[in-house]
Amino acid sequence: MARQKVPPTQALTLTIDDQTVTAKPGQTVMDVASEHGIDIPHLCYLDGLSIWGACRLCVVEVEGQRRLFSACSTEVAEGMVVSTDSPRLRHYRKVIVEMLFAERNHICAVCVSNGHCELQAMAQRLGVDHIHIPYLNPQLSVDSSHDRFRLDHHRCIVCTRCVRVCAEVEGASTKGMAGRGIMARIINDLNEPWGDSQTCTSCGKCVHVCPTGALVEKGTAAAEMQKRRQFLPYLTVMRDNNHD
Amino acid sequence: MNTETLEEMAAKERAAASEIPVRLNVCASTSCLSRGADELTKTLNKQLRTAKQTKQCKVRSVGCMGLCAKGPMVEIECPAKPADDPESRQLLRGVTVEDADELLEHAMSGRKFERLDWPTDTPFFTRQHRIVLENSGLIDPERIEDYIARGGYAGLVKALTEYTPSQVIDEVARSGLRGRGGGGFPTGIKWATVAKSDGDRKYVICNADEGDPGAFMDRSVLDSDPHRVLEGMITAGYAVGASHAYIYVRGEYPLAILRLKRAINQAKRIGVLGTNLCDTPFAFDVEIRLGAGAFVCGEETALIASIEGRRGTPRPRPPYPASYGLWGKPTLINNVETFANIPWIMRHGGDALAAIGTERSKGTKVFALAGTIVNNGLIEVPMGITLREIVEEIGEGVPDGKAFKAVQTGGPSGGCIPAEHLDMPVDYESLVKAGSIMGSGGMVVMDETSNMVDVARFFMEFCKDESCGKCIPCRVGTSVMLDLLEKLCKKEAAPRDLELLKELCDVVRSTSLCGLGQTAPNPVLSTLRYFEDEYESALQPADEHGYALPVLQHT
Repeated sequence: MARQKVPPTQALTLTIDDQTVTAKPGQTVMDVASEHGIDIPHLCYLDGLSIWGACRLCVVEVEGQRRLFSACSTEVAEGMVVSTDSPRLRHYRKVIVEMLFAERNHICAVCVSNGHCELQAMAQRLGVDHIHIPYLNPQLSVDSSHDRFRLDHHRCIVCTRCVRVCAEVEGASTKGMAGRGIMARIINDLNEPWGDSQTCTSCGKCVHVCPTGALVEKGTAAAEMQKRRQFLPYLTVMRDNNHD
Repeated sequence: MNTETLEEMAAKERAAASEIPVRLNVCASTSCLSRGADELTKTLNKQLRTAKQTKQCKVRSVGCMGLCAKGPMVEIECPAKPADDPESRQLLRGVTVEDADELLEHAMSGRKFERLDWPTDTPFFTRQHRIVLENSGLIDPERIEDYIARGGYAGLVKALTEYTPSQVIDEVARSGLRGRGGGGFPTGIKWATVAKSDGDRKYVICNADEGDPGAFMDRSVLDSDPHRVLEGMITAGYAVGASHAYIYVRGEYPLAILRLKRAINQAKRIGVLGTNLCDTPFAFDVEIRLGAGAFVCGEETALIASIEGRRGTPRPRPPYPASYGLWGKPTLINNVETFANIPWIMRHGGDALAAIGTERSKGTKVFALAGTIVNNGLIEVPMGITLREIVEEIGEGVPDGKAFKAVQTGGPSGGCIPAEHLDMPVDYESLVKAGSIMGSGGMVVMDETSNMVDVARFFMEFCKDESCGKCIPCRVGTSVMLDLLEKLCKKEAAPRDLELLKELCDVVRSTSLCGLGQTAPNPVLSTLRYFEDEYESALQPADEHGYALPVLQHT
């Protein structure tokens, strides 16, 4: 979602986790928190891509509000009192990560991203030691039709980082979504094999923003796939500078 | 268009109507059409033509008369007789093509048609208070003249010529009207927020993507009185400073779409849609957008995405559509019924609506009475009426001598209210306190044979199918909860499963992105609250940790 840029005319003061911080209008809670060394858990959010607000791991409590707000999408306001960590939030985040493990077939030991996986790291960080939600064990496919890359739906968490990077940074819009609810899948073009795609530029950006082993380079064995996404902040900053 | 020309049109229409001694008003709403009302109209017209009696008797297609389950409904109307004369109108139910001869004979002779007579002095009619449905069943929805003859567009002309936009908003705010789509947000505040938002363009959207199982209020309003919704939208456009509007109608409502299209063309023809409305600089245009069968597109941000041509998924709020809506512009989104209240408010004043209802819920609410109840159909009642009055008096209770068990309100976002809460008043706050919501107006009555675990399972299946798949708690949570409820229904669940179900209800409700996920656990939570014994009795024997005992024992 494109946001209008707000001219930084004034500074706002707010409290995040008992820390008094200042912020510019238009900044999100996530931005301000990370500026002050508070790392709010997140999976779908990636600096440089549009806000998606879907993984719900970054939900925070705002004083005086009953419902929870996703830190990535909520803009700061003067006098806001935010709490990014509490037993309740920790519990919710843990269950959400468990839901991801139960949804598809994540078997870390044989995964090419083992050790370099954001989902795995998040589970460790949140202290997920077992999954108490029954596994859904869906029958999914693997698309290996591309020369260099592979799409493995078993390991996809539908964060749509690949969809966004393809449309917003590469400008190819090859990646898309099909199906709804539990049937939601990442697709290439109009649900064609990746290798047949006429729009894919084989740039590999989708592979490197993917947090798990769903999008990987071919030829990697278990635990060998390391994602390199330095290009994203670089491209974002360079393009912003060129536009301003 | 001004007040004089409008009154002229109305007077002309009324004069033309009184020249015909007998009018046969055949319901042409979706429900009665499906029972053969169309065929009946054709037959009646043919016979009148053969008998050369078209000057004495006229067949009209009108909107919904409310008693959908007893259709096709026909009303014999004698416009020449005074309106308060009980003999000026007679309501008939279940009229088929075979009854056409008899019907015409009675209509022409003026004798009462006893066989198919349906008394209108019953609570079903007398307990209703019609504002949104004031024209429903009385006018031909495909004729703008009929609507004008009943005072249509007078409110709009008054607003445009006598009121400033902020005075219109004041009037709406004074009425105490709250969003009828289910959320109950004060309409006046919403309009004021959009009016105050900065933007070179603003939009008005009418949400007609009604999708709750068992709900058909919006469809009936659009089928029966489409101009009313248009008038409300144009008034809203004037009040908030928008010049363009969309009606998002679900594709499953072909008749409503057809009638809306005709209504828009007619409104353009007489000059209440287009440019320089009522000789003011105000211009307004309405376009129809069709939903493609996704329940989640009733959520405002998903609806906006769908109009923009994107995948119909919600986005986190804030920013709210009032400041960042369609194409990033300030957008007013209201439900069909909310807009349908506006013409009445503009004609009678906000205070008149505020005089009806309770302290915090003003006006009336349209409900679709469905399920195991004698009078299935469409009703409009004042806020604050008790559920008992709706179910037992207006609905005339549960058929076949069975006992009432619960009433489900608010669709998949709502809950089941048991018999002990029947004396509760129907308003936004009371329903929430009882574990349900007002919702858009679906009311499904269930008798003693209903299994409440199965009811919860039904709604969870609906939510799972309709989840867009964007956020994790709703996508995975509804799927897992459905599996657990199915296990419970098959009596294969252990206490642990029930514990997990309760835990997931909390997580999904608190963390989901949009209203669909946040309210998906409500049917489970409300049935757990009132009918926990039904859940308990479905459980398997278990060990001390709550796990089911193994079926095979080691020897």
